[in-house]
Amino acid sequence: MVRIRAFEEKVEELFLAGKIPGFVHLYIGEEAVASGVCASLERSDYIVSTHRGHGHCIAKGASPRRMMAEILGKSTGYCKGKGGSMHIADFSVGMLGANGVVGGGFNIAVGAALSAKMRRTNQVAVCFFGDGASNRGTFHEALNMASVFHLPCVFVCEHNQYASTTPATYSLSVRDVADRAVGYGIPGVTVDGNDVLAVYEAAREAIDRARRGGGPTLLEAKTYRIKGHFVGDPEKYRDRSEVEEWKARCPILRFEDRLRAQGVLTEGEMEAIRAAAREEILEAVSFAEESPYPDPDDAFSDLYVLDTQGEGCGR
Amino acid sequence: MREITFSQATLEAMSEEMRRDPTVFVLGEDIARQGGIFGQFKGLPAEFGYERVLDTPISETAIVGAAVGAALTGMRPVADMHFADFVTCAMDEIANQAAKIHYMFGGQARLPLVVRAPDGVVKSAAAQHSQSLESWFVHVPGLKIVIPSTPYDAKGLLKAAIRDDNPVLYFEHKALFAMKGPVPEEEYIVPIGKADVKRPGKDVTCVTYSIMVHQALDAAKELARDGIETEVVDLRTLVPMDIDTVIESVKKTKKVVVAHEACRRGGAGAEIAATIAEAAFDYLDAPVVRVGTLDVPIPFSPPLEARVVPRKKEIVEAVRRIA
Repeated sequence: MVRIRAFEEKVEELFLAGKIPGFVHLYIGEEAVASGVCASLERSDYIVSTHRGHGHCIAKGASPRRMMAEILGKSTGYCKGKGGSMHIADFSVGMLGANGVVGGGFNIAVGAALSAKMRRTNQVAVCFFGDGASNRGTFHEALNMASVFHLPCVFVCEHNQYASTTPATYSLSVRDVADRAVGYGIPGVTVDGNDVLAVYEAAREAIDRARRGGGPTLLEAKTYRIKGHFVGDPEKYRDRSEVEEWKARCPILRFEDRLRAQGVLTEGEMEAIRAAAREEILEAVSFAEESPYPDPDDAFSDLYVLDTQGEGCGR
Repeated sequence: MREITFSQATLEAMSEEMRRDPTVFVLGEDIARQGGIFGQFKGLPAEFGYERVLDTPISETAIVGAAVGAALTGMRPVADMHFADFVTCAMDEIANQAAKIHYMFGGQARLPLVVRAPDGVVKSAAAQHSQSLESWFVHVPGLKIVIPSTPYDAKGLLKAAIRDDNPVLYFEHKALFAMKGPVPEEEYIVPIGKADVKRPGKDVTCVTYSIMVHQALDAAKELARDGIETEVVDLRTLVPMDIDTVIESVKKTKKVVVAHEACRRGGAGAEIAATIAEAAFDYLDAPVVRVGTLDVPIPFSPPLEARVVPRKKEIVEAVRRIA
């Protein structure tokens, strides 16, 4: 959580300084979801992410250096500068990609789970998505198919209250996205998404069930997007007081309070963790800034895998 | 050489590739228990089981989406679309996901995926079961587009498509499934990206593909009686397009008709004609003529359908106009 927060605060700073092309969608305030879920995943398990995907990447074990380089459009980034913030992937840690299309990832996760089942590998696929994405038809086709085929798939809804500028209270037919699980005959669970241990426990149960062959689960984590939909969002659709209220429920502060109260970590030890995270991210920024931009002609590479047919057809 | 149907040819391709590679599987609606609505999957489950020949819910979005996810994680899925018209329900998965994943992620991921889409006009199937939509996908970088016309090509190209590490759209004309043609017993592959001159000729080139190859061959026979020799170039794949073979033919005949069953406006023929104009304008002795379905939805009633869908007659007329 602390590393994700440090990464996102730095990304915001760099974006506002004009160093990042395109758009960025920050995960600040939602860190407990990615961290709580990925804590129970193996490196070989799969996740499918969203346009707000930096947190998922870091939690699944991706390198902040290569993420930062990608976000800055550099050749050393995960996608050699071809993807950017909304399209980071790290297949070496089972991170099958962020997705610029809201709801575009559901069925990719279903396919990864189907593949794991067919290959008898005991891998689990987790699909992260938002409350807004649960209104896409892809959500409903995916949950039905995952249920019918009894797939090792966990659908994790980050219910952050807003679909871009539209409040969930306006656009959802149910109060809890987890209620939609009933329609597909699978368990639906709602947890406090700002309580990392609650997320961890619910996710562990769902992931274990999936791994044991018990089929999919819809897990909903109620959380809040502290920052705008994107950096630069004028946020005319909500009151500042609402944001302040949720800030007080910051998942990191809450977990720190708990660790302090239970005597697990001292303030000094926590500060050391924060400092290490800041240091790691500063180093990632240096790496990204010192890295070269791609050669313009690199725009023509990676269109096709060339070796199977021996020739491509890009230009 | 023995003769088998187009449908049997694709079935042999599926069986051979599934036998050769345990990661190959097929998913779609009505394919396992029913054998496919055109019988093109009949018998596969007996050898490969109901997991590798997977009947799915009516969820084209999930079929292609799941195929993408499976392809990314070590499988080689073949996704059947029932009718090509229904690829519209999986456009995001094809155009935004499959086509872009290898590129957008900087070459990290391979996507060995085939989408089979039975297309074209047959038996008054009307507006939502008769379309030829290949040109939409020609416009999306990152896909390969295969569209065979004979049992021989259907088998060899399907095998090539399954072995390809890129997403391939495989359009198969519904009226061709029952057509018989020579297919050797021994194994072979038809490489993606190579056109085939189905009939040589010196007077006019007809660039075509899929069912219109047969209409063009029939037209060429009729025209030959009047001394007009038509060269029929079957593109076989639209992306990558074997433009060299086309240009070579154009340089010889200096006159071109482009024919397809898809609608004329914005069809692949427009791309072919423009490419010829760019690459061989100085060789042309006449404007490039396009033959395609008139720009209306395919109507139901037989006389209406026949009025808008081009066949031999329209190709003959087009050739005569410039010959």
